[in-house]
Amino acid sequence: MDIRELEQKANEIRQDIVKMLVTAKSGHSAGPLGMTDVFTALYFGVMQYDPQNPAWPQRDRFVLSCGHICPVWYATLAHAGFFPHHELATLRKLGTRLHGHPHNEVLPGAENSSGPLGQGLSQAAGMAYVGLKMDHKPWRVYCVMSDGEQEEGQIWEAAMFAGKNNLRNLTALMDRNNIQIDGYTEEVMPLEPLRAKYEAFGWTVLEVDGHNIREIIDACNKAKAIAENPTLIICHTIPGKGVDFMEYDYKWHGIPPDGKQGHEALKELRTLGGKIRSEHE
Amino acid sequence: MSVKLADNLFSSDIKQAPIRNGYGDGLLILGKENPNVVVLCCDLTESTRSLDFAKAYPDRFVEVGVAEQNLAGLGAGMAHEGKIPFITSYAVFSPGRNWDQIRVAICYSGNNVKIIGSHAGISVGPDGATHQALEDIAITRVLPRMTVLVPCDAIEARKATVAAAKIQGPVYIRLAREKTPQFTTDETPFEIGKAFVYREGKDCTVAAAGPQVYYALQAANELAKEGIECEVLNMVSVKPMDERTLIESVKKTGAIVSAEEHQITGGVGSAIAEVLSRNFPVPQEFVGMPDSFGESGEPNELIAKWGMDGKAIFNAVKKVLKRK
Ligand SMILES: Cc1ncc(C[n+]2csc(CCOP(=O)(O)OP(=O)(O)O)c2C)c(N)n1
Ligand SMILES: [Mg+2]
Repeated sequence: MDIRELEQKANEIRQDIVKMLVTAKSGHSAGPLGMTDVFTALYFGVMQYDPQNPAWPQRDRFVLSCGHICPVWYATLAHAGFFPHHELATLRKLGTRLHGHPHNEVLPGAENSSGPLGQGLSQAAGMAYVGLKMDHKPWRVYCVMSDGEQEEGQIWEAAMFAGKNNLRNLTALMDRNNIQIDGYTEEVMPLEPLRAKYEAFGWTVLEVDGHNIREIIDACNKAKAIAENPTLIICHTIPGKGVDFMEYDYKWHGIPPDGKQGHEALKELRTLGGKIRSEHE
Repeated sequence: MSVKLADNLFSSDIKQAPIRNGYGDGLLILGKENPNVVVLCCDLTESTRSLDFAKAYPDRFVEVGVAEQNLAGLGAGMAHEGKIPFITSYAVFSPGRNWDQIRVAICYSGNNVKIIGSHAGISVGPDGATHQALEDIAITRVLPRMTVLVPCDAIEARKATVAAAKIQGPVYIRLAREKTPQFTTDETPFEIGKAFVYREGKDCTVAAAGPQVYYALQAANELAKEGIECEVLNMVSVKPMDERTLIESVKKTGAIVSAEEHQITGGVGSAIAEVLSRNFPVPQEFVGMPDSFGESGEPNELIAKWGMDGKAIFNAVKKVLKRK
């Protein structure tokens, strides 16, 4: 896919996220919409996988650490062909494979379960350690984590471990959207300087505009080329990206749009913010 | 039929060894047997008896540093890639510190990780209450899919370690620090999911786990002198529990004493009560920690003071017999 097609894909995924959340009547809006371009870049421009055979041994591993942003993961996995697109409508409903927080045993394409923040980087490091040091495999491990999650001590235990062991097959991508539940991260618990912290832990740190798909793909490729140590890509994102009334507002962390808001959001996404006419109007 | 135990069971020169030694021995067997077995430890490699494995198989040993949450997460990630990680620390830290990681990354996610909690029980001694895990059985057995093993001596700990690698799914093995009598033998049977009759009797069942199994045999020996015949069960497999052996025994005896080095709340005795109350309720007395924290002291002093020794079991049998 070229960049235009990837951007189109991201737009479709955002629309699916809105529809899923409206139907589910609960769930998280800001993080998923903010990370859609990163997920699109990873699944359609970076990672190797086979949706027909999710356990394909050579696949790149993808670990979602901040499980609450799973609507973007589910929508992306559906677009990547891991399960039927119509299943997205079952989000959070009894009998679904798309639980409120992801469960690896039922979700095709998932390596891990998540929800309790701070756990993913350790699991990703465990996989990367086996791949790099024990079994000498070519696949890579990608771990998406959030910024609020950096307040968890376990993240730094894992960061230390990955740094010590030079896990160069590990790429972590951080959703730097500056929000968490109680407010802006720097007010709840200042995280900066994040770059210096990870560098001090032995990581290479890259920073990208988390809505520039080209930049995200380039950074992932650069991380592949780095032979010394693990890489953190700080993705600067806008929470709620693409839906004007959600952008930058931490209140949208954990609530879904209602029917009317969903309608408005979809209109905005379809018209690219009013730049084009929507055939639905 | 009761099983074969050491010949010099009650002699003062019975061999003594720390239960944790059996873990170290088991790891060496596994090192040879199964290339997928890997060991992770948190800066306690010697005292948890992971050291011999670490020396023999350095490529399969991972030093994690003092980071037990990461320990559990790394173990989960490695299990996901087909390894059989034995994650090792003191029980107060793992599963104490990292229970959420064990719950979600290991149990809920179906990862085949073995959790080894050493230095459990009040017999840790002088290090004091912070280091005496008296809650670990409760917090592991409550987890869906978890197997919980509490070996009674070093030989059984070796067998439990080897057996844990052969089953798929999370296993918690509880180990103790102090030397205790090595009273089982290589021939003594062991199987996950089974309880074993170590002494037959008709008057009262004593169902114990860990070092308390030996104390139960001692108490039974003393009680026999007064004409009271106890049936002693080794409840090494706390979960899954061998309900049949347990129920058969109390059907015969009509009373039970449970004994363990753990809080009474949520421990082996509680697990036994959960089985019997549904199937064949009989009077039960609980030997264990009475909802308290421990303290510093010598292991034998603490076991006696807090009522988890042979004498406590002896008294509990007398008490429960009055309720029959
Ligand atoms: C261990 C743990 N503690 C608390 C929570 C509750 N929680 C869920 S999301 C969240 C906010 C974290 O910030 P971030 O992930 O940056 O949120 P976002 O940017 O997606 O709004 C919290 C506190 C949790 N899921 N896990
Ligand atoms: Mg955030």
